[in-house]
Amino acid sequence: MSFDPQALGRLGLTEEQVELMDVAENFCRDQTSIAAVRDMIVDKSGLDRAAHKELGQMGWFGIAIPEAYGGVGLSLAEAVPVAEQIGRRLMMVPFIPATVAAQAILTGGTPSQKETYLPQIVEHGCASVALLEPDGSFDLTAIEASAILGADGYKLSGTKTLVENLDSAKILVLSAKIKGAVRLFVMDTRLIAETAMRPEILIDETKRAYTLTLDNITLPESALMDESKAAAALQRIDLAANLLASAEQLGAAQACIDYTVDYLKTRKQFGKLIGSYQALKHTIVDAYVGYEKARSLLYAAAHSFEEQGKGEIATRMAAVGAGRALSFAADRSIQFHGGFGFTYDCDAQLYRRRAIFHDSLFGNTRWHKKKLAALLFN
Amino acid sequence: MISVEDFAQDAEKWFAEHTPRDPGFMLPLTFMEVGTDQQFEFLRNWQRQVYEAGFLGAAWPSEYGGGGLTDAHQSAATKVMRAHNVPIMMNTIGLSWAGPLILDIGSEAHKKKYIKGILSADDIWCQGFSEPENGSDLGNAQLSAVRDGDDYILNGSKIWTTHGHYGKYMILLARTNPDAPNKYAGLSFILTPMNVPGVRTQKIRKLTGEHGFTQTFFEDARVPADGLMGAEGMGWKIAMQTLEYERGARGGQAGGYSITEPDPLEILNLARESGQIDDPVVQDDLIDFIIEAQSLNLNGQRAKIGALVRDNPAGLPLMDKLAKTEFAREINQYALTLQGTRSAYYVDEPNAVDGGWWHRSYLNAFSATIGGGTSQIQRNIIGEHVLGLPKSY
Ligand SMILES: Cc1cc2nc3c(=O)[nH]c(=O)nc-3n(C[C@H](O)[C@H](O)[C@H](O)COP(=O)(O)OP(=O)(O)OC[C@H]3O[C@@H](n4cnc5c(N)ncnc54)[C@H](O)[C@@H]3O)c2cc1C
Repeated sequence: MSFDPQALGRLGLTEEQVELMDVAENFCRDQTSIAAVRDMIVDKSGLDRAAHKELGQMGWFGIAIPEAYGGVGLSLAEAVPVAEQIGRRLMMVPFIPATVAAQAILTGGTPSQKETYLPQIVEHGCASVALLEPDGSFDLTAIEASAILGADGYKLSGTKTLVENLDSAKILVLSAKIKGAVRLFVMDTRLIAETAMRPEILIDETKRAYTLTLDNITLPESALMDESKAAAALQRIDLAANLLASAEQLGAAQACIDYTVDYLKTRKQFGKLIGSYQALKHTIVDAYVGYEKARSLLYAAAHSFEEQGKGEIATRMAAVGAGRALSFAADRSIQFHGGFGFTYDCDAQLYRRRAIFHDSLFGNTRWHKKKLAALLFN
Repeated sequence: MISVEDFAQDAEKWFAEHTPRDPGFMLPLTFMEVGTDQQFEFLRNWQRQVYEAGFLGAAWPSEYGGGGLTDAHQSAATKVMRAHNVPIMMNTIGLSWAGPLILDIGSEAHKKKYIKGILSADDIWCQGFSEPENGSDLGNAQLSAVRDGDDYILNGSKIWTTHGHYGKYMILLARTNPDAPNKYAGLSFILTPMNVPGVRTQKIRKLTGEHGFTQTFFEDARVPADGLMGAEGMGWKIAMQTLEYERGARGGQAGGYSITEPDPLEILNLARESGQIDDPVVQDDLIDFIIEAQSLNLNGQRAKIGALVRDNPAGLPLMDKLAKTEFAREINQYALTLQGTRSAYYVDEPNAVDGGWWHRSYLNAFSATIGGGTSQIQRNIIGEHVLGLPKSY
């Protein structure tokens, strides 16, 4: 390979992105607070219904959905600033699952599935994806779940894990093998019995996810998505999820750094503000530098997302940068709060847990680097 | 006026034809690296050629020796120079510090006297800021300048003076008022000739074994007071202003470049040529370097897009030096680990990988993590000026 920066993604910006940055920043700041998020942690559904409804009214679930399906007709690049601000406030709304499900349908759905489901997602934003399985693999194609066509449709078997916000989802995109080949289905969640869902205990208490037992579910034949586009849709899901998760993480990293810097400016020991001690000052600067570098990677990924090859490289680089930035900032945040940092009341834990959660969903740093190695060195 | 496009085309043609290839000795990657007379003469000559061809100082006023064109012209030429990986412009203190300052606030006489020699490299400039006892704490500089008629009488010493023994002029930070209300207020900025009685330079050997900077002693050295820039007491402010030219934050430099930035491609080549590019352990490291290089490259692009830096406009510019110089140090250090037993060798050993280039680059990389404000000081600056943390001292 050769190192051609242009081949790795580049920066750029649309007017809509700039606009959304402002609107999203103000909206998310005014709509919620860490105190409200903490209150909602004990809520079973963990859904900020008011915020969720407003997101729908502003059309944000349809940002990257074409106008023909009732969407705004922009691209995922414009969804990035929204995810960033949602992440910054740890807002409990399933923006990523809904957006990713829509992208899956857009890429791999049949014409009638697109017409049926996309306008609904634009309207209510209640959609999710069921792709991961209990073995813990990040590989979306290494699955056990299967679907067998019978007289009344596809009979499913197997188990899906980490299905985000399944309790409130109305539409679900799921993967299963038909005769050994990975296929995608899109279904109405009313077909899922309450007993098939088990709420999972997550490291990130501001997120919700379920284990879903597929064994008693039979899907109509019309639920099968376009078989010829299954691979492309899976790839789309992977990259869209990583792009938006990177944005969410960097929003959280910003909040985490601000939170820590505030403490360093107010807490005194040995008669001095602890932020004057360079063991802390220099380390938080390193966290900040890491965060800014990752943001550059993120915006380049957003801008290059639709470009063949480049999009994937830029997105995986952003995922590495964002994962590291939040993990480091939050890890040091715990330490720099001293005994308070060890408490549940200190927000540092919220950010640290968020980083671990994201590292667990659609690939962690090592996974992305392995993929990059294949893309760059072969 | 010639169009920027035509100018760029002329530059392309000229550099394609005139860029010197392999002079037979190692060329410095930065102006601070110039270590031998051979290197010095070669680079001085090269700068003169580039200037005479019109691709250096293109945007400086023609009445003082510049090209009389615009910044866009010079940028285009500089871009071509980078693309051709041409040797650096070595009279950096003149081109990026003294020259822009003189054009900005110097007198007509200053401009007439100094600008052309800066561009042609006939007059080498050096910078007398650091002192043996005052380095990072530059504001505490103590070299004394006492006014006596039309002269200042200088006493004290400067150190780590890059190109000190080649220097014809120095930009000097001196204390004109030891009783000023604070340490900064007592400083003045003086353009100082080096070839006057009482000024003596002593070469200092660098960690590479080469020479290249000096300690400069001033013993009752008498220099014309008309070298004072601004007014007495403004030295600190002006010194900070020159830093902005140097960082490119203000524009106004002569152009060209004096520091080659590491090209991660080189390390990939090294890994390939040494048969390690398929080693997954090495790939793991290389990908980190590629991501780092890419993020720095993108930082540069993003710094120019207002909407993408609006929450912290000072952040990217202030972290630029820290991030780039530390990266250069690390990538060069890493390169040594790809050389097996041959990493034991140094420049001039026939069995050294790439003639010892990586070793020298690694050692020289510290010039940028120490010179111009150390990485630790950069972190203080970012912590205090971007994040608003309390001062440490
Ligand atoms: C190759 C090279 C070329 C140079 N060329 C020139 C030149 O042309 N003209 C010129 O005037 N100077 C020049 N310098 C000098 C350079 O600017 C100083 O070396 C630098 O500012 C550091 O000062 P010092 O050497 O006195 O180190 P010190 O200030 O003594 O620093 C020693 C160590 O302490 C750390 N430190 C100091 N203060 C703090 C603090 N407040 N917080 C945390 N850490 C701190 C430093 O980071 C460093 O690691 C050059 C230096 C080099 C290496």
